[in-house]
Amino acid sequence: MTSNSSHSRWKVVRSIARKDVLVEWNSRVLTNQVAPFALVVMIMFAFALDNEGILQRVAPGLVWLATLFSMLVVVQRSFAVETADGALDALRVAGVSPSGIFFGKSLALMVQLFVLQALLMVVALVLYNVEISAVGVIEAIVTMVAATCGLAFVGTLYGGLAAGARGRETLLPLLLLPVVAPVLIGATRATEAAFEAAGTNVSEGWAWIGLLGVFAVVFGAVGSLAFGPLIDE
Amino acid sequence: MKTALQKEAVVTHTASTGTAATRRLGLLSIALLTLTVVLGLFVSDEDVIQGSTVRIMYVHVPTIWVAYMAFAFTAVCSAIYLSGKNRSLAWDRVSGASAEIGVLFVATSLVTGSLWGRITWGTYWVWDARLTSTAFLFITYIGYLAVRRLGGTQRQRAKRSAVLALLAVLEIPLVHFSVRLWRSLHQEASVANRGTDVKLDGLMLFTLFLGLVAFTVLYVWMLFHRQRGIALEDAMSDKGLDIAIEQRRAESMVK
Repeated sequence: MTSNSSHSRWKVVRSIARKDVLVEWNSRVLTNQVAPFALVVMIMFAFALDNEGILQRVAPGLVWLATLFSMLVVVQRSFAVETADGALDALRVAGVSPSGIFFGKSLALMVQLFVLQALLMVVALVLYNVEISAVGVIEAIVTMVAATCGLAFVGTLYGGLAAGARGRETLLPLLLLPVVAPVLIGATRATEAAFEAAGTNVSEGWAWIGLLGVFAVVFGAVGSLAFGPLIDE
Repeated sequence: MKTALQKEAVVTHTASTGTAATRRLGLLSIALLTLTVVLGLFVSDEDVIQGSTVRIMYVHVPTIWVAYMAFAFTAVCSAIYLSGKNRSLAWDRVSGASAEIGVLFVATSLVTGSLWGRITWGTYWVWDARLTSTAFLFITYIGYLAVRRLGGTQRQRAKRSAVLALLAVLEIPLVHFSVRLWRSLHQEASVANRGTDVKLDGLMLFTLFLGLVAFTVLYVWMLFHRQRGIALEDAMSDKGLDIAIEQRRAESMVK
């Protein structure tokens, strides 16, 4: 019985994630708008800092700042799709559990954010002349996975909170950015270690990945509990 | 014959957020604050190292303590709202009022702190873990207040902001912990540590605690007023429709 219900829960999560990814895939907003936006942010950083040495030093931070800015757009998209035709209410009326919706939408966000980050990492390597070792690549990937989970959970939670309200476009950055500060700190330090920037060593990054993991677990657990009351109206 | 509109005008005109009790509370807070000012500025001694700048402490420290208390109270009231069976909106109004005052007090503490820092450290701001976390605390509750103004029904506002207030309780320690980690690995000798190990003499300590009591009474007084103010706002928005209908009816009577 238990295994059966957890099986159906997973099915719900998967089908909601699949729906979101399909919507994105068909609209191509991620590839045609968000990714180019992230790219232009990376180029603007180069204009603003105007020094290759500094760019190499701060590349990890810039990658994650660009990720956070793009994430705001992606989260807004994710909920604009739901609220446009009252789709979120329809899902609830159909008896889909709130935590199912939460994890489903989070999973779809994770996929999108991961793609975006992978792109930004490559852009940083090419544009900012960053060199990376083989262990560094593994560390960067683990960092991306851990950070993506945390960002997706928080994004879904606060996106759901602002969903359906007027003025959410301006409110979301104010709510979201302070909450994801730990991710920015942890992911930047871990990526610094992976890039061996600022005199760091690859081995120094794993502790920060631990922080990212804790963040993801905490907001995954709390998000699945708090999401229901937020969208039940 | 008075129309509902005129009655409403009378109600809003005479409705006050004060009572005899709150007036006494207000007078008490004025008296306590005055006493704090007198003791803090004129009677208490200068600090051996910091000189007169130590006097900022009598505002800086109590305001941040009261702000913490206000935010904790917001969380408690939010939890009561979410867990209660009848879900009285009064809990929501008190939460909102408390957060508003908390934001005001954090702002006061940040401003007085950076003024003190300018004189003592020579800079308005240092990237110290506690300062940075406090700035985050400030922004988080500004966000909370913005969510309260999102619109929708009062029930929606109450639920949204209650969940957010509880999330803030979770978020703030996480932010504080990671900022401390960030600083501990990256900062050179911190100026923030200098002068924190001051020994307070009897009168200074007394003035500090008097300040705490004075600002707490001020907080309670403001809380009563703001909470009733929000209740009046809510009542007005409830009656807005009735008034509009009455206005229409009055127009047709004239014709």
